[in-house]
Amino acid sequence: MAARLTRCLLLLLLPALLTGCNAVVMAPSGDIAVQQRDLIVISTVLMLLIVVPVMVMTGVFAWRYRASNTKAKHTPDWHHSTQLELLIWAAPLLIVIALGAVTWIATHTLDPFRKLGRIDAMRPLPADIKPLKVQVVALDWKWLFFYPDYGIASVNELAAPVDVPIEFEITSSTVMNSFFIPALAGQIYAMPGMQTKLHAIINKAGDYEGFSANYSGAGFSHMRFRFAALDGAGFDRWVADVRAKPEALTREAYQALEKPSEREPVRHYGSTMAGLYDAILNLCVEPTKMCMRDMMRIDAKGGLGLNNVYNVARLTYDQPRQPGRGAYEDSYVLALCQISPDQLQATRSDAPRYSPLR
Amino acid sequence: MTIEPTERSPLMQAIFGRLSWDVIPFHEPILLATFVGAALLGVFVLVQITRAKAWGWLWRDWFCTIDHKKIGVMYMVLGIVMLIRGFADAIMMRLHQALAFGDSMGYLPPHHYDQIFTAHGVIMIFFVAMPFVTGLMNYVVPLQIGARDVAFPFLNNFSFWMTAAGAALVMVSLFVGEFSTTGWLAYPPLSGIAYSPGVGVDYYIWSLQIAGVGTLLSGVNLLATIIKMRAPGMTLMKMPIFTWTALCTNVLIVAAFPVLTGVLGLLSLDRYVGTHFFTNDFGGNAMMYVNLIWIWGHPEVYILILPLFGVFSEVVSTFSGKRLFGYASMVYATVVITILSYLVWLHHFFTMGSGASVNSFFGITTMIISIPTGAKMFNWLFTMYRGRIRFEVPMLWTMGFMFTFVIGGMTGVLLAVPPADFVLHNSLFLIAHFHNVIIGGVIFGVFAGINYWFPKVAGFKLDDFWGRVSFWFWQIGFLFAFMPLYVLGLMGVTRRVSHFEDMSLQPFFVVAAFGAVLIGFGILAFLIQLYVSFKRREALRDDSGDPWGGRTLEWSTSSPPPAYNFAFTPRVHELDSWHDMKARGYERPRDGYVDIHMPSNTSAGIILAGISAVLGFALIWHIWWLAGLSFVALIGTAIGHTFNYDRDFHIHANEVTDIEDTRTRQLSALRS
Repeated sequence: MAARLTRCLLLLLLPALLTGCNAVVMAPSGDIAVQQRDLIVISTVLMLLIVVPVMVMTGVFAWRYRASNTKAKHTPDWHHSTQLELLIWAAPLLIVIALGAVTWIATHTLDPFRKLGRIDAMRPLPADIKPLKVQVVALDWKWLFFYPDYGIASVNELAAPVDVPIEFEITSSTVMNSFFIPALAGQIYAMPGMQTKLHAIINKAGDYEGFSANYSGAGFSHMRFRFAALDGAGFDRWVADVRAKPEALTREAYQALEKPSEREPVRHYGSTMAGLYDAILNLCVEPTKMCMRDMMRIDAKGGLGLNNVYNVARLTYDQPRQPGRGAYEDSYVLALCQISPDQLQATRSDAPRYSPLR
Repeated sequence: MTIEPTERSPLMQAIFGRLSWDVIPFHEPILLATFVGAALLGVFVLVQITRAKAWGWLWRDWFCTIDHKKIGVMYMVLGIVMLIRGFADAIMMRLHQALAFGDSMGYLPPHHYDQIFTAHGVIMIFFVAMPFVTGLMNYVVPLQIGARDVAFPFLNNFSFWMTAAGAALVMVSLFVGEFSTTGWLAYPPLSGIAYSPGVGVDYYIWSLQIAGVGTLLSGVNLLATIIKMRAPGMTLMKMPIFTWTALCTNVLIVAAFPVLTGVLGLLSLDRYVGTHFFTNDFGGNAMMYVNLIWIWGHPEVYILILPLFGVFSEVVSTFSGKRLFGYASMVYATVVITILSYLVWLHHFFTMGSGASVNSFFGITTMIISIPTGAKMFNWLFTMYRGRIRFEVPMLWTMGFMFTFVIGGMTGVLLAVPPADFVLHNSLFLIAHFHNVIIGGVIFGVFAGINYWFPKVAGFKLDDFWGRVSFWFWQIGFLFAFMPLYVLGLMGVTRRVSHFEDMSLQPFFVVAAFGAVLIGFGILAFLIQLYVSFKRREALRDDSGDPWGGRTLEWSTSSPPPAYNFAFTPRVHELDSWHDMKARGYERPRDGYVDIHMPSNTSAGIILAGISAVLGFALIWHIWWLAGLSFVALIGTAIGHTFNYDRDFHIHANEVTDIEDTRTRQLSALRS
């Protein structure tokens, strides 16, 4: 009974899946997502090879060996068969070997950090094509997109030309989010102070949805954005339109934008402060903060010992966001200049230990 | 809504910490109504107990008991109570999601909705599934291995009350303050003090820490019991399969729960004393938390499911009237799963951006787990093959499991393929998958186990009709509730969303809500089943102690078994030893009884757990004097208990003779 019900329900669902009901994961528009969809189908078919017989056997055995069927054979002490044992371990093993091979290959070819090798299944990537660079910042609770090659930025709207590889660099300002446009490609986490990458390509012009796929607090449900896949001319127009906007994404504008808010309307910035994305990534947009990369450089050189305590205090990033705490006002080391290895050697040998940092 | 620090005098601050009248949710009608309802129900229960003059009996015979059987029953009661709470959360979520479309914002503000999904996850895993599993193991394992009790009977009582204290703290959070809004695993930085300044995460931390002590100690206890206290002749490979799975589960508990304690400890250091293990600044790394919590979290999945695999094995074998097919391969499969469960944790976050080689390693190890699981499935099938299958209620649940679980297993392996996971991760497909295995595996198994062993516990069977009603409501309700979620996942719908703009999704959520209502009827039918069975207990009575034609030692005792379980420790010669004894015309000993050495009941466990709950509450609300006081009291009571020398007593041989003679008469009356 249960078996029949399960199967009926699955059968009912199948056409719903294939027709309409907008199963975007099963009918995506980007080459990466298409390959991921194919992988889902292949894996499912592979597993059905064993799942279907199991379900059929369950039904058949349950019916045939029901207690009321006294005609069926009954062997109460039969409990071992080496051939059968071999079979029941080998059958899943073979499926897993096949699936494992598929997994190994697909995981490497579809690695989000890997540069694309083709436009879609039919077209290889032309050698002269220049990928579109987009830097993504997940904010509470909206998305900010930088276009470093164009010096523009937008909030809650992402535009890209079709059939051009897109290289995303992704980070977050406060908590973990996940950057996901199902029509384009699989998701990847957006994490503060860290950068993930995603390489993808969209093959069909249209309006798609993107959102955060990792719960990030009260405004999470509306942390959605529009992904506009435009033809080449359309994208150029979009860029020109944004460039014409007088708003500039300065440090101050970003700090205002960064404050938690929900359902933000689409905004465009005709220009952006140079190096802003980098500062966001290094948790040092606020001018009184030391950038993580600088601290890491200090640490990589062995740290500054006790003298560094003062600097360390200026790494505070999360705390001032609490109500009632102001930013630090004292001055301190903001960045380090590069020193050549020779100079460094010289300072190291001459300098007394625990010398004050000048 | 976060709890803002209110202006108050330092004295009040010192006395009450963060606690004030503002934290009682008077302004939330849903919570207020729940509180009034819960309070009325509580008063009603208390009045009933008082009227029945049952307090002394309850305290002496149950709360202070160190009898593994009674503790097992108390775990099951805790599980049932918390199942109702967890289900209330579930139905509220389903209803909200079915309503919150377009202009309608549903009836739950995001802050409340977020607490509900967090509480639902925490309660269902820690305070429903865990008590059920521990309860079954507690009751059954000593009986199956022919032991008088567990290795450390007092510890067993203490473990139970620590679990109950953790559950109590979660319940308190409903009416005093708030619960965590971070999701059931409380990923930082969101769960850090900067982004969750309220008491919610602290409730989460301390309820899990306190319950975790209980779980860990009960794991140690059962491990020692199984290793050291098996009846003579019961070698490891003659151990009943349920005990085998219990053994593996307890190995997992002992190895995994300290990781949870450690990682929550680090998180609380971040929150309480300003360390930076998982913050954004000062070199903290949230990814470390995610790794650590899943190094506990994945074995936890197998902690839950393995004992139920054991239950299904016992049930299939008993109701097919046949020895379990491939016992040895079943044991090896269990052990392989135990070991492999430590090598797969990263599959919970492929999308964090590990390299392709790391991701494929963890994806493939995950798939490898499906090999022993598949072998188990076939073993059950071939146990049914050429059997005489009686479709009693426990077998019905098992059949439901076999059909449901393979679907869940299949979608699980699909999620283990990293590139597929990139599009399915955190989606409702994932939600459908793990409910598919947890409901279809753990919950179905628990109900199979309850229906199977209830006659042993109570001396009468559970009502068959209501058992079937409950099963069909659960089974069909499950399909209606979660199949739409699979589809929604493929439509790119994410979990934990409290409002939708896309109206085309609504029908799916309405169907899912309908499924949840059916599951609600399933739970109701189960409660009715308990009530009806109690009313009809004379008609359902089983004096034989072996109502199903059982094969393992627990069925050789009377139902319910005497306090000492076995007057003489049985001697084991064969796997399925009770079946073997029956086949060889075993006769019970009639005389030669000796005094039986038994541990005494003690109130130390419930008192220690009570103080722990107060300590947790004080830490949550920053009431430092109370925290200090209760900590000292905790240590003091624990030391004080070591001076309690009234720890054991003897059941006199005469008394044993009386009990055993009654049993002999009962059995001969049955035969004639």
